[in-house]
Amino acid sequence: MSVRLRVNPILCDGHGLCAELFPERIALDDWGYPIIDHSPIGSKEESHARRAVDACPTLALALVPASAPRPSASAEGGE
Amino acid sequence: MTTRGEALRHVAVPAPDALPRLLAGVRDDRRPVSLAEHLDREGSPPVGRGGGAHAELIELVCASGLSGRGGGAFPTGQKLRAVAEQGRNPIVLVNGVEGELISSKDHVLLAQVPHLVLDGAAVAAAAIGAREAIVAIGAGLTRGYAAIETAIAEREHRRVDRVSFRLVRAPDRFVAGDETALVNFVDGGPAKPTFTPPRPYERGIRGIATLVQNVETVANLALLARFGPRWFRALGTAKEPGTVLVTLGGAVRRPGVYEIPLGLPLRELVVWAGGPSAPIRAYLIGGYFGTWVAAAEADALALLDSDLRTVGASLGARAIVALAETSCGIVETARVARYLADESAGQCGPCVRGLDAVATALAQLATGKQSQPRLQRWLENVSGRGACRHPDGAAHFIASALHVFADEAAQHAAGSCSGSDGPVLTVARKRRRVE
Ligand SMILES: Cc1cc2nc3c(=O)[nH]c(=O)nc-3n(C[C@H](O)[C@H](O)[C@H](O)COP(=O)(O)O)c2cc1C
Ligand code: SF4
Ligand code: SF4
Repeated sequence: MSVRLRVNPILCDGHGLCAELFPERIALDDWGYPIIDHSPIGSKEESHARRAVDACPTLALALVPASAPRPSASAEGGE
Repeated sequence: MTTRGEALRHVAVPAPDALPRLLAGVRDDRRPVSLAEHLDREGSPPVGRGGGAHAELIELVCASGLSGRGGGAFPTGQKLRAVAEQGRNPIVLVNGVEGELISSKDHVLLAQVPHLVLDGAAVAAAAIGAREAIVAIGAGLTRGYAAIETAIAEREHRRVDRVSFRLVRAPDRFVAGDETALVNFVDGGPAKPTFTPPRPYERGIRGIATLVQNVETVANLALLARFGPRWFRALGTAKEPGTVLVTLGGAVRRPGVYEIPLGLPLRELVVWAGGPSAPIRAYLIGGYFGTWVAAAEADALALLDSDLRTVGASLGARAIVALAETSCGIVETARVARYLADESAGQCGPCVRGLDAVATALAQLATGKQSQPRLQRWLENVSGRGACRHPDGAAHFIASALHVFADEAAQHAAGSCSGSDGPVLTVARKRRRVE
């Protein structure tokens, strides 16, 4: 099952640690909050992704099934 | 399905192409329609006190093509089905927050035809098998609150409904109308959005599947259950059937709430409102999450999502403002941008920091100070990065202003402004409602 990254912006406090650990998929905006690449993560990269998830001090970052609806991405949030 | 304690009252089906529908019962003196008056006009409530979920009602709503009137335009039948599939005893939550300052349409329904709203909530409850329906009303909508309170008492006295109603006063904040914020508030928390999933239809009030539906959406259900999907579809288009309430403000002679068939040309709506009161520069379509459209382009548009999409717009919250040529779109937008930034629920970094930075940059532009080269990037960066769609809506609105008022923006950067009017778009918490 392929996975992707998802951040809970309410929990995230912009440590930026995740972007340091997984710069291939996580950039930071001008205020230090992560901009996540939502495309599926291949098996080669999965361990990097997992390391970033584990390092997040607020448990804001998660790996979810690639098919999971994106928060606030569709008109009704993926109903 | 009959009501107990009184004879079933039938009324003639109104002509399917007659307007208004939702506002047909409105009294000349604008006082709330009483239960007796309501029954005389509309006939007995379409659902009585029989128990269980009524799949046939869901089928009927699906067949009608009704979509949500709260801004998202999600198919209502599909949402009813999704909630019903979650299991027994779901809850109905009627969203009467109307956080949009330039919209009055939900307040008109609540304050003037309260029984139509409650009938519709009862239909929704019957469709999904809910025993509890909560009506949440924005704190500023005092006449609507009082009318619904009285209407619930009238119905309880005459034992009209199977579902039991509860009335909640919601904070008068823009974001309080987001469905997850409203559920959070009804549950005793702050009126701030929560991370999704789960959505309220999966897990809402007290963890129970909750159908959140806009006031106007449920008012439509009341008529739909009485008169059927074919009647409903006689107005509007095949893809976007029915009527919608539009709050029209700004430079028109008779601003107010109008019930229009979907697909009415914008030009025609302005005629209904007595015509422009001054030459028009642009229209804001869809409220403060909406889109500025230049007058030359807007005049040809039909009020229909499929048509508005061609200019990057949508009906959204169906509040429309006509901006006179003597008003400045940049100044107007800058004021609302600051308001929207301040209305952020303060939970998500990109929304809090991003909208603040954007609003500050617009204020600089409005006052002719140095323009901010990063503004465009910031607008792109805040979209889709919050727990709710507040930053998306705000960014879309502001981006459309920079596009439509590009000349004005350039003029501002050079230190001048063509606007001479006072403020048009209100940001005062105390609403200046047009009804
Ligand atoms: C920031 C924000 C504010 C909202 N405010 C309202 C509101 O005041 N009233 C409303 O009905 N829907 C509002 N919505 C939409 C609701 O989340 C929800 O989609 C709607 O109530 C569903 O009802 P409907 O399907 O009948 O339109 C808002 C959404 C967002 C993101
Ligand atoms: S590590 Fe966690 S808290 Fe820090 S920026 Fe990344 S997601 Fe946010
Ligand atoms: S995106 Fe903004 S308004 Fe929405 S929950 Fe986050 S901070 Fe609040």
